[in-house]
Amino acid sequence: MLRTLKILYHQGKQFIPDPTRAKVPGIFRGRPEISGQAVDVAALADLCPTRAINTDPVSIDLGRCTFCGECSRLYPGKINFTADYRLSVNDRNSLVIYEGTTAPVALNSDLIRKEIRNCFKGSLKLRQVSAGGDNSTELELNACGNVNFDMGRYGIEFVASPRHADGIVITGPVTKNMAEPLQITYDATPSPKIIVLAGTDAISGGIFDGSPALDRQFIEKNHIDLYVPGNPVHPLTFINGLVDLLGIKH
Amino acid sequence: MSYLTINNHQSVPVASIPELKYDHFLDQNTTFLNDNSARHCVTYFGYMAGQEIKLICCIADDENHNILISSSTVTKEACLNSFSAKNLSFEKFEREIHENFGIAYSDHPWLKPVRYSENRADKSKLIPDYPFFNITSEELHEVGVGPVHAGIIEPGHFRFVCNGEQILHLEIQLGYQHRGVEQLFLTRKKLLQRTILAESIAGDSAIGHATAFACLWESLSGISLSRDVLFSRTLAQEIERIAIHTGDLSAICTDIAYQLGSSVFGRLRTPIINFFQEWCGNRLAKSLIRVGFNPYPFTKELADRLNEVLDAFEPDFIEINSELSRLPSSLSRFERTGTMKYDQLLSIGTVGLSARMNALPRDIRSSHPYGLYPEFNHEPFLKHHGDVYSRVQIRREEVKQSIAYIRQLLASLPEPGIPDQRELHPKNNSFGISLTEGWRGEICHAAVTDNNGELLIYKVKDPSFHNWLALALAVRNNEISDFPVCNKSFDLSYCGHDL
Repeated sequence: MLRTLKILYHQGKQFIPDPTRAKVPGIFRGRPEISGQAVDVAALADLCPTRAINTDPVSIDLGRCTFCGECSRLYPGKINFTADYRLSVNDRNSLVIYEGTTAPVALNSDLIRKEIRNCFKGSLKLRQVSAGGDNSTELELNACGNVNFDMGRYGIEFVASPRHADGIVITGPVTKNMAEPLQITYDATPSPKIIVLAGTDAISGGIFDGSPALDRQFIEKNHIDLYVPGNPVHPLTFINGLVDLLGIKH
Repeated sequence: MSYLTINNHQSVPVASIPELKYDHFLDQNTTFLNDNSARHCVTYFGYMAGQEIKLICCIADDENHNILISSSTVTKEACLNSFSAKNLSFEKFEREIHENFGIAYSDHPWLKPVRYSENRADKSKLIPDYPFFNITSEELHEVGVGPVHAGIIEPGHFRFVCNGEQILHLEIQLGYQHRGVEQLFLTRKKLLQRTILAESIAGDSAIGHATAFACLWESLSGISLSRDVLFSRTLAQEIERIAIHTGDLSAICTDIAYQLGSSVFGRLRTPIINFFQEWCGNRLAKSLIRVGFNPYPFTKELADRLNEVLDAFEPDFIEINSELSRLPSSLSRFERTGTMKYDQLLSIGTVGLSARMNALPRDIRSSHPYGLYPEFNHEPFLKHHGDVYSRVQIRREEVKQSIAYIRQLLASLPEPGIPDQRELHPKNNSFGISLTEGWRGEICHAAVTDNNGELLIYKVKDPSFHNWLALALAVRNNEISDFPVCNKSFDLSYCGHDL
């Protein structure tokens, strides 16, 4: 008992006091800003491994971006990834960041289904389905619940069964072999329910986009309530996305 | 005997690999392994060479620090004698060859699908129809778990045959995570695309796999690297080992319901992966390894910062570990649970941490050192019980070992190199192989190029490919309630296996 107390004393307070205002250390690659600098835009677009960069005007699609940082490393005056980790949106089109835009990305409140805030504001239980995920976003989703990030403070938790869940969080590009188990898990979740796509692989297929081993019909035919970009998703991006979706005051 | 001897991270003309008649090829490679625990198969694969299939078998010799390579050409319609009948450690490689090309084996013990890959020979075989081992006794029952599991974890199906609470048999069926990685290596032509693909083979081993890819590509292209690149890769590999081992200790504590251990190990991992973010902008170090150059030079400031992080980490890590190994309630869950014997580990070709848990010293850092590992004279830490506790202790000791190596590295920083990206063209008609020691164990990448230096085949092998069978055998005769802690103590990769 005394040894346990000693360990607790040595650990001190580990939680992040306010995850909606926390600062991330070092060179985090969050929301990009694209300047008006004149560069060879064709070469810039060609550089991107997942065709996330478009031209005329120059834009980056955060739903395709693997956050490899190569564009900003080679064109530092043109593209700058800021430390802003608030990247989650509920409208797929808002993931495209255009030249000259420096405004934060935000959820479109008109698109939030009414039942989401009515039913889940105080408590949201989620079932996670990895459908070809590479275990990086999965690790980060686990980290959301650790003593540092403590997502449970908002009443948001991952649960062990779809029967106990209010929605599913999908990671990975959705493989053919996982298409059916994903559908079964979704069907087993009682309504009303939400779908969250966590990570670039889930949103667009990422580097796996176009692989014949994928089957993305589930993503195409269902309404997606939240897109959380990242490779992997940062816990703060995920937590803030859900806090905003649920309309939790901070 | 007819084979070619090469070193780790070396490439050679394909034509220089001796081609044997299949029976001779079989005899030679199984004889290599029999009665020699210092040798094991690191990769054995086939690829289409015209209308025929060329098989290449690579046996690592840990004692002589080299790799023995031989090949054979067979047809699709062939019905072959299996290597597995003579040495079980080839079983999965031959299942994969059977699945991909339809080659039949006359005496393979267990010719089941490996991962239902997109390019499999028989597309009428579907993942829901996997042929599980069946029981007819009315006194036994089956328990099916997955593919979707209760935690935030990747999918796979576990089928237990139980007598009451006791597991008699476990069969692990994978393939749900198959994304077509090896095929994408051929169709994605840009080097950056391939590098990102390598980082995504298993996102928890981004450094291990990306380093294996980079070293292979550099060897195929015939370039040499400056010290700062080797420095960064070696350093990053040891940081990755600390981070994931610590996270695993947290998860193991969760599985025995030891909340304090779970919380403390969980929070101890945070500053380590946050350091990766400070260095390269990504908590799991994606983007840190690039072919031929170092995109994020390691500076004096970063070295000071890392020393600071480790100084704070180490006492807390030691404190919680000493508490964990004093608690009767944790020891009673760890000791003699999920045990593997030395002979079993050897017979199925186990690698990495899972081999070292019972005296099998498989560690590429000492047997085929690369990067700056030759400077450490690394000796793998071995345990002799093969149980969950051995796997816990290995993680604890390897974290301490990694901290010592990192301090040694930080004592003399290399001159920061200039990020210098070059166009690299692999040599034509070449074969290359690259082994690295990820935190799970040996990662192997191999490639063959054609007349134009384009990839003919890119072959990836995660340590999990060998080790899943070890988990299935380890849980026999255990209570089914001990399965989670056994599983977590191995912590094998689903996506690394399924590719």
